[in-house]
Amino acid sequence: MPNFRAKQSSSHRLTALWIVSILVYAFLYIPLIIVVVFSFNDSKLNAEWVGFTFHWYKALLHNHEMLEAARNSLIIAVSASFLATVLGTMAGLAIHRYKLKVLPVLAFTPVAMPEILLGVSLLLFFLQVLNLTLGMLSIIIAHTTFCIGFVAIIVRARLQGMDESIFEAARDLGATPWQTFRQITLPLIRPAIIAGALMSFTLSIDDFVITFFTKGVGDPILPIQIYTMIKVAVTPEVNAVSTLLMLLTLTLIIIATRFDNSMLGKS
Amino acid sequence: MQTSSRLVKWLISAPPLAFLLIFFAAPSLIMIFTSFRLPGEFGGLAPVHILPGNTVEDSGLTVETYRFFFSDFIYFEIFLKSFTVAAFTTVICIAMAYPLALLIARSGKKFRNLMIMLVVLPFASNFLIRIYAWMIILGPESALSHMINSVLAVFGMAPVTLLFSPFAVLIGMIYVHLPFMILPLYTNLEKHDPILLDAAQDLGANRWQRFRYVTWPQSLPGIFSGSALVFIPVLGMFAIPDILGGTGDIMIGNLIKDQFLGTRDWPFGSTLSIMLTLAVLGIAGLFSWLAKPVTRIT
Repeated sequence: MPNFRAKQSSSHRLTALWIVSILVYAFLYIPLIIVVVFSFNDSKLNAEWVGFTFHWYKALLHNHEMLEAARNSLIIAVSASFLATVLGTMAGLAIHRYKLKVLPVLAFTPVAMPEILLGVSLLLFFLQVLNLTLGMLSIIIAHTTFCIGFVAIIVRARLQGMDESIFEAARDLGATPWQTFRQITLPLIRPAIIAGALMSFTLSIDDFVITFFTKGVGDPILPIQIYTMIKVAVTPEVNAVSTLLMLLTLTLIIIATRFDNSMLGKS
Repeated sequence: MQTSSRLVKWLISAPPLAFLLIFFAAPSLIMIFTSFRLPGEFGGLAPVHILPGNTVEDSGLTVETYRFFFSDFIYFEIFLKSFTVAAFTTVICIAMAYPLALLIARSGKKFRNLMIMLVVLPFASNFLIRIYAWMIILGPESALSHMINSVLAVFGMAPVTLLFSPFAVLIGMIYVHLPFMILPLYTNLEKHDPILLDAAQDLGANRWQRFRYVTWPQSLPGIFSGSALVFIPVLGMFAIPDILGGTGDIMIGNLIKDQFLGTRDWPFGSTLSIMLTLAVLGIAGLFSWLAKPVTRIT
C-alpha cells in the first residue's frame, strides 16, 4: 500500500518526466512538420511562409528523372526484399534449429557494422572480382546482403518464443520434415516473415549509403536523386518529394500493424 | 531418417550461407587484400606483376598504405574527431532518451504502444529527409537563426551561422540516432520490478537515491546496448557531415568516401576502412564487456 507521501512524490516526478518527454517528442516531430508545411509554401526560399500552393507537387509530376528514380527504387526494393525474405527466413530457421557457427556471424555482422564498410567492400568486389557494370543488379545484391540479417533476426526471435513440443508432436504423428514445415512451422512464423519483408522493403527504399557506393552512372535512384537535390540545388520540390515519401511510409506502417495484429490474433 | 534430416539441414542452410559467403565474406577479404596493394596510375589498383612460372612479384603486396596512415598526423586527428563526435552524440542521446524511456515504461499498456509508435514513426521516414529538415531549421534565413542572432545583437555580439558547423553535425547525428537509444532503454526499463522501488522507499530512500541505487544500475545494460547502436553508426557516417557540416567537419566516413569515389585510391581507402573496422570491433567489445557484469547482478 503506497502511502500519501509516496503518491505525491511520484506524481511530481511524473510531471517532470512529462515535460522533458514532450520536449523530446517536439524535437522528433518539428523538423518533419516544417518539411511538410514548406512543401505548400509559395516561395523559392525555405525561410518564411509566403502563401499556399500546390506548385511543387505539380513540378514533381513533370520531373521525369524523379519519376524514373522512384520506379527504379521500387523495382530494387521489391526484388531485394523478396530475395532477402527467402534467404533470411532460411537463415533464421537454420540458426535456430542447428548449432551453426559461421552463418549467424555472416548474417548478423552486416546489421551491426557501419554501412559504409559494406558499401565500399561490395564496390571493390563488383569492380575487381566480378567485373560487373554497376547498376540495378549490383544495388539489388547489396541491399539483399544487409537485409538478410534483419529478416533472420525477426524470424529467429519468433521461433525462440515457440513451444518446441508442437514440432515433436508433428514428427511423432508421422509427418515428414516437409509436411511439418508446410503445415506447422510456416503458418506459425508467417507474421515474422511478413514483418521481415516489410522491413526489408523500407530499408531498401530508404537506403542511401550502400546505394551510393554500388550504383552505376545510368539509372537514377530515389535517395541519390534526393541527395543531389539537397547538395546541389535546394528547391522546395525536395519538400514535396519528402512529404510524399513520408505519406508512403506512414501508409505502409499502418498496413503492416493492421496486418500483423490480425495475424497475431489468429495464431 | 538420419540422411533425410541431414539433407533438410543442408537445404535450409546452404542458400543463405552461399549468398553471404560470396557477397559478404569474399568482399571483406578482397578489401583486406586491397589494403596491401598500391594504387594504379589512373585510380584502382596497380597491376600485379605475374612472373614467368605464375609467381606473383613481391612488389604486389606491401604495407605502404599503412605506413602512410601512421606517418601523417592528420588521419589520427580525423579518427580522434570522429570518436569525439560519436561520444558527444551518445551521451546527449542518453540524456534525452532516458526520461522519455522511463515515462513510456511506467505508462499504462495501451498508452505505451502509442508512445513507442510515436518514437518509431519519424525514424521510418527517409534518412536524407530528416537531415534535410535541419538544413531548413538551421539555415541562415531561418526563424531560429534570426532569433538567435537578434538576441546576440542585443548583447553586441557578432552573428553566428548555425548551418555548416560542428554544431549542426552534432544535432543531425543526435536526431537520426535518438530512437536507437530510446528503444533498447525502454525494453530494459520496462522489465524492472516496481517492487524494488517500493522496497527502497520503505527503507527510507528518497527520489534521487531510488534512482541512483535501484533504477540506474539496473538500466546499465540497456544504456550500453543503446550506446553501441548509436556510437558505431555515427563513427562511420559521411552523409551528415557532408550535408550539415562545413569543409572542416569531415569524419572517417568522408575520408573513406573520398578515397573510393574522389581520388580513387582504393588501397588507402581499404586501409582506412580496416582501421574503422578495428575501431568498431574495439568499441563493440568494450560495450559488451561493460554490459556483462551488470547483467549478472540483475
